[in-house]
Order: sequence, then structure tokens, then C-alpha cells
Amino acid sequence: MMEKINRFYKSFGLPRLIIASFLAILSVTAVVVGLPIGDLFSAILVRFGMHGILVLAMVPAIIAGIGLNFGLPLGILCGLLGGLISIELDLKGFAGFFTAIIIAMPLAAIVGWAYGWLLNRVKGSEMMVATYAGFSAVSIMSIGWLILPLKSPEFAWPIGKGIRTTIALVDRYERVLNDFWDFTLFAESDKLRLLVPTGSILFVLFACLLMWMFLRSRVGVAMRAAGDNPKFAEASGINVNKSRIVGTMLSTILGSIGIIVFNQSFSFIQLYQAPMFMGFGAVAAILIGGASVKKASISNVLIGTLLFQGMLVVSLPVANIIMTLESLAEISRIIISNGIILYALTQVSGGE
Amino acid sequence: MADRKELFDNIKSFFVSNMVTIVFVILGIVGFYYSGLSLPFFVNELSIRITRNSLLVLALIIPVLAGMGLNFAIVLGAMAGQVAIIAVTHWGIIGVRGFMLAMLLSVPLAIVFGYLTGKLLNKTKGKEMITSLILGFFANGIYQLVFLILIGTLIPMDNPVMVLSSGVGLRVSLDLTGGLKYAIDHIWMMSIPWTALTMSTYTMLFVLIRFYINKAGKMTKKVKNTHLYILAVAVIVALGNIYRINMIDENSAFLWALLATISLPILYIAMKLYFDQSEKMTKKSAQKHYYFVAFALPSFLLSLYIMRTASIFNMLRVPIITVLAIAIVCVFTVYIMKTKLGQDLKTVGQDRHIATTAGIHSDKTRLTAIIISTVLASWGQLFFLQNLGTMSTYGSHEQVGMFSIAALLIGGASVSKATIGQALLGVVLFHTLFIVSPLAGRNVFGDAQLGEFFRAFVAYGVIGLSLGMHAWKKQIQSRNSLK
Repeated sequence: MMEKINRFYKSFGLPRLIIASFLAILSVTAVVVGLPIGDLFSAILVRFGMHGILVLAMVPAIIAGIGLNFGLPLGILCGLLGGLISIELDLKGFAGFFTAIIIAMPLAAIVGWAYGWLLNRVKGSEMMVATYAGFSAVSIMSIGWLILPLKSPEFAWPIGKGIRTTIALVDRYERVLNDFWDFTLFAESDKLRLLVPTGSILFVLFACLLMWMFLRSRVGVAMRAAGDNPKFAEASGINVNKSRIVGTMLSTILGSIGIIVFNQSFSFIQLYQAPMFMGFGAVAAILIGGASVKKASISNVLIGTLLFQGMLVVSLPVANIIMTLESLAEISRIIISNGIILYALTQVSGGE
Repeated sequence: MADRKELFDNIKSFFVSNMVTIVFVILGIVGFYYSGLSLPFFVNELSIRITRNSLLVLALIIPVLAGMGLNFAIVLGAMAGQVAIIAVTHWGIIGVRGFMLAMLLSVPLAIVFGYLTGKLLNKTKGKEMITSLILGFFANGIYQLVFLILIGTLIPMDNPVMVLSSGVGLRVSLDLTGGLKYAIDHIWMMSIPWTALTMSTYTMLFVLIRFYINKAGKMTKKVKNTHLYILAVAVIVALGNIYRINMIDENSAFLWALLATISLPILYIAMKLYFDQSEKMTKKSAQKHYYFVAFALPSFLLSLYIMRTASIFNMLRVPIITVLAIAIVCVFTVYIMKTKLGQDLKTVGQDRHIATTAGIHSDKTRLTAIIISTVLASWGQLFFLQNLGTMSTYGSHEQVGMFSIAALLIGGASVSKATIGQALLGVVLFHTLFIVSPLAGRNVFGDAQLGEFFRAFVAYGVIGLSLGMHAWKKQIQSRNSLK
């Protein structure tokens, strides 16, 4: 029995145990103080759909051996551009949503290819270079948002040049996925009423399925081998650099799709400095789900997104009741997400 | 022909190896031109920023030499400084006394933070930079927890000026006016030409004394005595002039006296010694001294000239104590690299395995490097904030790591190499860009924000570029060594 517990503890890992019990305590408190459980749960589901793809974007990068892809903003920027162009074309609903994705994907593929090329040249320091590649891309695109020749009236400030900081997606593709096949459980009870955003959850699960299948394809297996042991893979005839580029491209493309899904659920497109730290949230989520700098799986994505977003959703109202301080939830997010990244970094063997 | 080719190669390699710095010099000049700023205004702004930021950048050097890369965790040092400021301001201790107390208080805090940082970085060897970057974010969360949540709930603090009206958490900004503001800067101010004059005089004196000490052993007694006489006469005449200055009107008389009585004999001896000595010195060391003089002499003459005119530069003033503090940290950094600890640092930085075989406790050495860096950063933040005058409680420390690192890299440093000269040059170039880019952006593109974004892009981009170049170089090197 003890051995079993021990093994479970080892495989589950200390930080996940802490976060899971933290979430459990929060949930119990939420029940005890009488918060509407249904609302909380549907908020978790909505956020799962919002962040799922962005977290999934970490998987190909980690498996291809690049490590945590802090350069996710590169993909996100492509997605934002796709979203803007779809509005510029005056498309609405699903047409607008999918056009945004169709425009964003080739852009992200090109950016991802270049980014992968860059990362192949800086092996061993990928994470640091990726972080700053992301940061500088966000700042250069901030200039881009100021000067891009996009003319749709929704983009314009009342006065001044450049595209607005936030663009409302009402009448565009606001919640197209979330509202697709959505339904309400326990509609009669105030406390338990649970709205399920079916479309966005299905979308995430579908993307996960595709990724799962890809990882079992010939290219996917080669990529995993290249990430696991580059020297061995090279010896057995796998082009390691190419595999890494494929992983980076996939990650970037998923990032671009992820932000469009995020935006439709959030109902706004946020430009300028907003994408700066989005990569960190995704990294933290997959790490909480049990991934490491070298290993990741689809289940890590699902568990991690649920745990991380669950914690964020529940902590806010609970913290509000205890302290009436909204900053507490934000602070715990900073501490937990960066803490888990630090923990993952200390777990990397090597260096010596 | 061979000489010319060699010269050409030298010039080429100079440009290639100093690419980043050269680009920023050009950017700075172009930006200044388009900003439309007047030179005195610009120089004033720049000198304020140089004295304000140099210490923080200097705090980065020792970890770089220890092979730990760019220490983004100086953010923790800055936090230690801010904790001390909060405490001192709360107790109402003002002026120099308050500042001294804050310096004292920040040391144990910074040592603890540095120790913890060092421990963590020893666990993540090879990934120090990303770890220190994330650690900065993490520590920021803890910092917010303490000052936004725990103050007023767990930590009692009764101070309506500093605490939010709800009684929990500190206010977003802390006004240091009437407290620590200018506590150090306003002790002693000197005009810019005066400062430049003094500094260049001391630089030349320093070079002279170095030569003299190198040379003295080999000189005959007669030559030594001659030098002594010249110097004695110079000093006596100078002192006489200083005495007379009280009776004659202004600075100018004193200055000319100074020029005549001290600099001429000094120059004479310096030249003589230089030509005798330069053959014997290593090329590099001779070059360095040459640079010193080449820099000091024109600034000496220029400042003299400016002081003779009614130029507005004479109105601009520099905080001397802060400049001295910067100088002390520079000397400290040079000095420590010459001690046993410094040699250990360098060895560990070059190759940990060799260091361990040589009996150096590499983990402990790395820990020391980070602690020194954190303590220096905490003091740097104190000097920074006493000049700024308001502390953004939750924001002042956030950008410290990034801006300081960008400055150091712009000065020509890399992940594994950094010098004091690069740090100081980097501060000048980075802050030049900081001052001119919003205005240049507005004048050229009609949008100040564009310049600001460009500035942010430059800071991030230069860090990314430098990290990338370094990693690439390392990859090529390891590939070559395999061959």
C-alpha cells in the first residue's frame, strides 16, 4: 500500500499535489461559503476552451526537443493578424472565424519556419532566445499595429492614428465556437446552473486528437526520437534539425489558431503589449499538467489546463470573500505560474 | 602592401566585433538629430540618467565573469533596496541618515536574496539566465503578496500616508520628497565642466602614476630626484595659487594657474615616460593607457574652454557623491578580480571542471558572485530612487533587470564577457536612445508612441540578438572542436 502511494506520489509530483490540494481547498471553501458552483464550473469550461489550444501548442515544441516555447507570442501575432484581416474583409460568424484561421496558418507556418531555423542555431539556449524573440516580436508588431494599412472602421480610434488597443468582436465572430451546440444543465437551480460551451470544448478535443494522431505518424515518431536523443536519432538517419523545425512550425501554427479561439471566447482582440506574457501562462499550464522541459503529452495539456484555469477561476471569488482584495487572485497566479516554471527548470538534469 | 592589408583587416575586425555598439552610436546620433533637442538639455538629461543608472549596470559584471550569464535576478536586489526604502520612509528617517540606514538595511536582505538566488542557479546550471528571468517574475509575486496583502493584515503598519485607505497594502507610489529624495545627490554638486575637468585631471594623474611606478625601479637616483623637484615646484606653485584665489576674483584665475602649474610638468613627465615605457609594456596595456589619455586630454581642454565662456553648460550640475560611488564600485570590481576570489571567479567562468580539479569550490564561488551582484544592485536601486524621487511601489524594480542588461549589451558586452568600460558606454548609448527616441519618433513619423515602441523593441531585440549570437558562436565552436 505504502509503495503504491509512494509510486503515485512520484509520478504525480510534488507541485501538482500542492496545486491539486490547493484547488480542492478552494473548491471546498467555495461550496461552504455558498458560491454558485454551476457558474464556477461553466467558467472553468469556458476558460478550458479558451486556453486549450494555446497550451496544446507547447506539446510539439517540447517533444521536438526545443523545450518550453516561450516564443509563443510569435504564433499569437500571426493569429491576431489573421483575425484583423478577417474583419477587414468584413466577414461574420463562422466564415469570419475560419477565414481568420486560414489566413493565420500560412503566416504562422512561415514565421515558425524562420523561428525554427533560428532555434536550430542556438541549441542549448533555446528558451532564453525564444523569450526575447517573442518580446521583440511583440514590440515590433506594436509598431506594426500603428502603421498597418487596415481601414475597417472598427479599428479606428475616435482620434489619432493606428489600430485600437482592443477590438470588439460583437457582430463578428464573438463566441461562435462557445455558442455552437451549447446547452444548460440544471437550468432550474440557481446554484447549479451550468452552461456548457460545447463547440469550443469539442474544438480543443479535436485539435488534441489530431495532435495525438500526428505524434503517432511517421513524422511525429521521428520528431519524438529527435527530441529524446538527438545524437541517437541523427545516427539512425533522422534529420534532427528538420524535425525541430517541424515541431516549431506546428507550435507556432497552434499558437496562431489558439489566439483566434481565445479571442472568439473573450469577445475582444487585444493588440500591442497584450500578447507579451501569454506564452508564460501556457507554459505554466502544461507544466502543472505534469509535463517537463523534455516530456509532454496530450493528457498533460488537458489536466494542466483544467487545473490551472480551475485554480484561477475559483481563487478569484474565494479570495474576494476572504479578503475583499481582487489582487490576491492575480498575485497567486503570478506566484504559482512562475513557481512551477522554476520547479521545472530545476528538474532538468544536465549542465554538469 | 602587407601592412596595408593588415591595417585593413584590423579595421574590419574592429567593426565586426563592435558591431552592436557602432550601430547604437549611429542610432543615437541620428536620433538626436531628429529629436530636435538642444545639446545642453540633452547633456543634462543624459548626465542625470548616467549617474542614476550606472550602479545597476555595474552590478551585472561579476556574475558574467563567473560564467553565470546575465543576472536578470538583480531585480531581487532592487527589491531589497525598496524594502529598505519603505522601512526608512515609514520610520520617518530622512536625508543622508535615512539613506545610510537604508543602505545598511538592504545589505542583509540582499545577502539573503542573493544566497537563495545563487542556490537556485546552482541547481539549474546551463539555464541560469532563463531561471533568473523567471525568478524575477516569481519574486515580484512574493513582493506583491507582502506589500499588497500582508501589510495591514499580518504585518501591522499604521501610516495613512503610505498605506491604502482600506488599511491593507501600500499605495502604488511612494513620494520621497522631503525624505530620501536627493539625499545623496544634493550633498555636493559640481558643474559639468568642473566635473569633467577634475575627472580628466585625475585620469591623467592615474596614468602618470602607473607609468611612474612601473618605471621607478629602473631609474637612476638622479632622474628620480629631478622628477621629484619638478613635481614639488608644481605643487608649491599650485598651492600658492589656491591660496591666492581667495584674494583674486573667480574660478578662472585658479584654472589657468592649475593648467600652467600642474598640467604642463605632468604632461612633460608623462610624455617622456610614455615614450620610454611603451616599448616595454604589453601592447594591450599601452593601448589602454593611450585611450585613457586620448579621452582625458580633449575633455580636459574642452572643459577648460567651456568654463571660460558663458556657456549654459556651466549651469548644469552633477552629483559628485553619486559619481564617486560609481567610481568606487568600478574600482571595487577591478580590485576584486585581482584577488584570489576574482581569479577563482574567472576560472569557474571559463571551465567549471578545470576549476573543480584545481580545488576551487565552484558552487560556493558562484554563490559569492551572485550575492555581490545582488548587494550592489540593492544599493544601485537606492541611488536610482533617491534621484528619481518617487518610488513606484510595485513597478520600480520590474524593468531594472531588462534595462540594465540591454545597456550592458549595447556597450559591447556579451553573455560571457563584460568590462566596466562596456557597462558605462552602454549606459550612455542606451539612455541616449531612451531620451531621443520618443521625440525622434514624433518628429519623423508624427507619433511619439512609435518611438517608444521602437525603444522597447531595441531593448528586447538587443538582448535577444546578443543571446542568439552567443549561442550560435558556442555551437560553431563546439562543432569545430569536434572536428
